[in-house]
Amino acid sequence: MTVTLAQAINRGIHDAMEADDRVLMFGEDVGKLGGVFRVTDTLQETFGTDRVYDTPLAESGIIGTAIGLAMYGFRPVAEMQFDGFAYPAFEQFTSHLAKMRNRSRGRVKLPVTVRIPFGGGIGAVEHHSESPETYWAHTAGLKVVSPGTVADGYAMTRAAIAADDPVIVLEPKRRYWMKDDLELPVTTEPLHKAVVRRPGTDVTVVAYGPMLKTAMEAADAAEEEGWSLEVVDLRSLSPIDTDTLVASLQRTGRMVVVHEAAQSLGPAAEIAARMQQEAFYHLEAPILRATGYDTPYPPAMLEEFWLPDVDRILDRVEEALDY
Amino acid sequence: MGASQPAGDVDPSTLLPPAEPVHLLDPDGTYHEDPDHPVDLDDDQLRMLYRHMVVTRKVDREAINLQRQGQLGVYASLLGQEAAQVGGAFALSEEDWVFPSYREMGAAVTRGVDTGKMLHLFRGTWLSDHDPYEHHFALYSIPIGTQALHAAGFAMGAKFDDNPIVTMAYFGDGATSEGDPHEAMTFAGVFKAPVVFFVQNNQWAISVPLDQQTAAPTLAHKAVGYGMPGHHCDGNDVLATYAVTRKAVDRARSGAGPALIEALTYRMEAHTTSDDPSRYRTRQEEEEAAKTDPIVRYKLFLEKEGLLDADLGEQVEAEAAAEATRMRDEIYEAPHGDPMELFEHVYVDDTGHFERQREVLATELAARDGEVSA
Ligand SMILES: Cc1ncc(C[n+]2csc(CCOP(=O)(O)OP(=O)(O)O)c2C)c(N)n1
Ligand SMILES: [Mg+2]
Repeated sequence: MTVTLAQAINRGIHDAMEADDRVLMFGEDVGKLGGVFRVTDTLQETFGTDRVYDTPLAESGIIGTAIGLAMYGFRPVAEMQFDGFAYPAFEQFTSHLAKMRNRSRGRVKLPVTVRIPFGGGIGAVEHHSESPETYWAHTAGLKVVSPGTVADGYAMTRAAIAADDPVIVLEPKRRYWMKDDLELPVTTEPLHKAVVRRPGTDVTVVAYGPMLKTAMEAADAAEEEGWSLEVVDLRSLSPIDTDTLVASLQRTGRMVVVHEAAQSLGPAAEIAARMQQEAFYHLEAPILRATGYDTPYPPAMLEEFWLPDVDRILDRVEEALDY
Repeated sequence: MGASQPAGDVDPSTLLPPAEPVHLLDPDGTYHEDPDHPVDLDDDQLRMLYRHMVVTRKVDREAINLQRQGQLGVYASLLGQEAAQVGGAFALSEEDWVFPSYREMGAAVTRGVDTGKMLHLFRGTWLSDHDPYEHHFALYSIPIGTQALHAAGFAMGAKFDDNPIVTMAYFGDGATSEGDPHEAMTFAGVFKAPVVFFVQNNQWAISVPLDQQTAAPTLAHKAVGYGMPGHHCDGNDVLATYAVTRKAVDRARSGAGPALIEALTYRMEAHTTSDDPSRYRTRQEEEEAAKTDPIVRYKLFLEKEGLLDADLGEQVEAEAAAEATRMRDEIYEAPHGDPMELFEHVYVDDTGHFERQREVLATELAARDGEVSA
């Protein structure tokens, strides 16, 4: 069947709730409204207000009570309405959700999934287009993933909910309406594995979440220039699947890493560090980055100048090839 | 558009704390009966309250000594707050849960948690070493007020399951200014979660006194804003604290929802062993506060009632001393944490976070061993 990414995630939550009655879904406006992006549409009707509920408007409350519910024995799925509104819960994320297992020497587990629509490109007003993945990925104890395809929207949601560790699922909000075939059950790599989405020989382009589609488009466009790009879908930012990246780099000798998040200390910086350490003699060029700028996210009319796009990716590809 | 509706269906005046804090025991041990706050305890239980307070004071003192002797990095004493902690925790049943802050040795003693294990956080061996599921006593929580949300969530879980347990969150007067207790009480009110928020108002948040913390008439008044009853009691009066908490706990267990308790007490020690209270409060204030010592008062009561004679008093002291010795031995004999355990409990399912870093540390450790044996 052909579905949108939002529908695939919705189906993932639905099937997880059907399979395990300890799974709860809660957040702001996720009930009757079905979420501001309709990702939780009809779930409350199906599973009732005890399992799918609207919380008071308090993000720390959402994450903090998710922790208590998980300690009690539930498997909470919490939604942060937008990337830029997860910050009030930062203390609960970093000091408790991430650390409880470690602090308890393994005695307490927190199987909590937090879904966060993230990233720009939809012309939204301030604070609705952020890419804060480094905050989460830099926090030991959290797993951080981002689906870039419709099938992964389903599969990664299921895998995150099934995981016994806290998982942050960064949902690429500009791709919520992207359509593709979804055949159930989905067979895919485990949550932490990167996947080669398109094989190529000249340059590896690494992307995840919202930038995967852009990277695939860049690969199409590159063909016209006679360049063969290999696109790797990173999928997981914590942990990072170094082996799959190294294997690709060994084939191509060149790598461009793409993300919307600001450049400095972003995921690309970590990937570049790992690649030069693990595959130094395979490098034909420095690892380059096509990312957002180190500025606050711009107003909507300027976002096209800020966000990485096909052109920015191809500029870096050309630089790598010309090196 | 209709007129805006009040959110709750309760008369706010029924949620207000009493004009005076509930108080059942005078400093000379005289007991005043209060029909609204019955003390439904038998003689053994009354003695047990005393036992818990005396043991608490003894192990608390011993923990300070251990810090002075370099065995602990720091310790947060609860001296003066024994009645508040013991009286509150004693109102819970075994199945109930406690979410403490970092000063709750008295609650831990009452729950039967191993006092030695509670000190590993301060010793720096591990970040904790008791099993929260054994005595239903969560980990200490140092980020102020954050545990109130865990307690609220836990209680919501019990409510969803129709499980008649009550959850209690301890936090301080300073914590009432934080966002998390506010959000916790908001959630608990909306979901009618069976949770009791127990504020030990010990008058100080490190160096900041209560009047710089809030302009509320009392902390108990804050309850009204969340649609829950606010209780106010003399937290140095173990019977008043017990009776008030018992009332809130029973009500929560019956499904009527959460409550906020403000127990008035005093932090007789420094904030922690690293603190110097002479910079912000007077000896005179401390001496005044010492006159309201919760244990002295309760001992006088028990003696008046004929529940405590010299023999039993000695027996309790001996038990407290033995517990302190046991705790001390545990700390002196405790190992140093195993460095390789650093990677052990970060994830249930470690899917490749540490492959390389584990090797690095193992190599460093091997090199150290080499140096030692060389
Ligand atoms: C979020 C946060 N801010 C600051 C601190 C530092 N700190 C530790 S204890 C404390 C005072 C807490 O006072 P109160 O809530 O009254 O509890 P008490 O220490 O008196 O038991 C402060 C500011 C902290 N631990 N967490
Ligand atoms: Mg205080």
